[in-house]
Amino acid sequence: MALLEIRNLSKVYQRDSQMITVFEGIDLDIEAGEFLVLMGPSGSGKTTLLNLVAGLDKPTAGTISVGAAEVTEMSPRQLAAWRSRHVGFIFQLYNLLPVLTAYQNVELPLLLTHLSKSERREHVMTVLEVVGLSDRADHYPRQLSGGEEQRVAIARAVVSDPTVILADEPTGDLDAKSADEVLTLMQRLNGEFNKTILLVTHDQRAAERGHAVMHLDKGVLTG
Amino acid sequence: MKYARLVWVNMTRNKRRTVLTTLSVAAALFLFVSLRSVNTTLADAREVGSESRMVTRHAISIVFYLPESYYQWLVTVPGVRSVSWADWFNGIYRDPRDFFPNFAVEAESYLAMYPEMVIPEDQKRAFLDERTAALVGSGLMERFGWTLGQAIQLRSPIWAPDREWPFTIRAVYTPTNPSFGDALFFFHYDYLYEGTSRRAQPGWYVLEIEDPALAAAVAETIDEHYRNSQAATKTETERAFQTGIVTMYGNVGFLMNAIGLAVFFAILLLAANTMMMAARERTSEVAVLKTLGYSDRLLFALVLAEAASITLIGGLLGVFGAKLAFEGTGFQGLGLLPNFQVKWATATAGMAIALCLGLASGIVPAWQAARLPVAETLRRVG
Repeated sequence: MALLEIRNLSKVYQRDSQMITVFEGIDLDIEAGEFLVLMGPSGSGKTTLLNLVAGLDKPTAGTISVGAAEVTEMSPRQLAAWRSRHVGFIFQLYNLLPVLTAYQNVELPLLLTHLSKSERREHVMTVLEVVGLSDRADHYPRQLSGGEEQRVAIARAVVSDPTVILADEPTGDLDAKSADEVLTLMQRLNGEFNKTILLVTHDQRAAERGHAVMHLDKGVLTG
Repeated sequence: MKYARLVWVNMTRNKRRTVLTTLSVAAALFLFVSLRSVNTTLADAREVGSESRMVTRHAISIVFYLPESYYQWLVTVPGVRSVSWADWFNGIYRDPRDFFPNFAVEAESYLAMYPEMVIPEDQKRAFLDERTAALVGSGLMERFGWTLGQAIQLRSPIWAPDREWPFTIRAVYTPTNPSFGDALFFFHYDYLYEGTSRRAQPGWYVLEIEDPALAAAVAETIDEHYRNSQAATKTETERAFQTGIVTMYGNVGFLMNAIGLAVFFAILLLAANTMMMAARERTSEVAVLKTLGYSDRLLFALVLAEAASITLIGGLLGVFGAKLAFEGTGFQGLGLLPNFQVKWATATAGMAIALCLGLASGIVPAWQAARLPVAETLRRVG
């Protein structure tokens, strides 16, 4: 049984009186430890699919399960608790809180756990070490380069040891060198730490780093 | 506590706005506490009077005098144990701004009726034995740095305005009840009488009655007796008399409460506007926190805590600023509000209002944060 199972998933938006179908009847399986890259043109519904998997949006029809959790059946409160334990989300624009240091940003998901302050510190410093930014722990986002900001965001996504990492165009706002570093880091998270990753991108170089590539276009998912 | 830093950094991200809002709340609470304390001080003034003491004054107004001859009959009224009398002197020390209440009293009988004033026996004797002696409250002594035996002079615009009235402080009283006030000044009626070439007359009589239950009958007897005289009387309990004096200020309580309410709503709108702006600027961050697993309930609480923290800090500054300012300077409202103080009950009410302000101003942005649609917000930001 796959770690992530999507069955007959549909999403239809209503804009004024017009119904807009993003996709319809999608099926997808992702095995534990897999690094799947999802490509497609703008507006094809890639980000919508990621949001649905993370429980940030509700599908019009279909089911999503991650491990034993039926994501589409959960209440908003259950979804929040589930996300904090099982989902690491990486954004294109990093979305770090500007008033917090790198350390404090990475610590944010751990505040939702019962870990003590010293335990949180240990986790945060370990993960900052993994992304190569332990010496920048006290720096604010404005004091970091784009690549460094994204690495902090990756550290924040993995610090709670989630079941699945969802990355939405993580290299979309980076120069080639920084993008390469970020992709190498994600590959390492998958290879060394066996993290299951679903990465959405336009970037062909990013696609080359995954185990498999799928395309979403005009509501149709192809392998 | 682990979320305290998150609340703090959000509060301080726009320092100027937070400081200005906090100071606005502080100013409003300072005003509220001041106005409320005027009310409580006036309410206390009503409580000074005793139910076993009555006051007989001119039926038209307290500014009219009563004949000295009334004394002889008043002491014979059934139920009356003893009688004394007093006059408002309106004495000014140095400058009108140094105002304090001062009275000419028939000293021996007056002191016997007011056990609220504790006076060392030797000082009491010295006061009673000397025609120009003064009995002064301990607070007044402290306010002007006076010492026992010190000579001071007062001027009275209503009694021989061209002359100075010399006094020697011979006794200091300490009130048993703070509401009585420790800033009063008493001297001998005889001194006033002689100093005005015997023009002075009693402003009011104070009657000690045998039983408070007799008050109505005593009042009726006296007022009926003088009904058709040149100086008709109005007799009432001392407490009712004090209330009458307090109400001469007008409906102060209503005025103070109305101003306080207006200030409260003005600051509520200001604080709410600040919180709305602060929350609106952070919608993408709220969406990110939701993505990380922060629940609607937690985000609601964080925004509410931020609003309440701002108003509580403002409240602390305003409430305790007022307490320190008034008590540190011995404020007495130019003598019109003796024993003015910010009571702990008022301070507590002020802090409760600060908390309510915070919760009321934060509830809408907190609700909006909790209900924020994540996917739509992230799409807008992206």
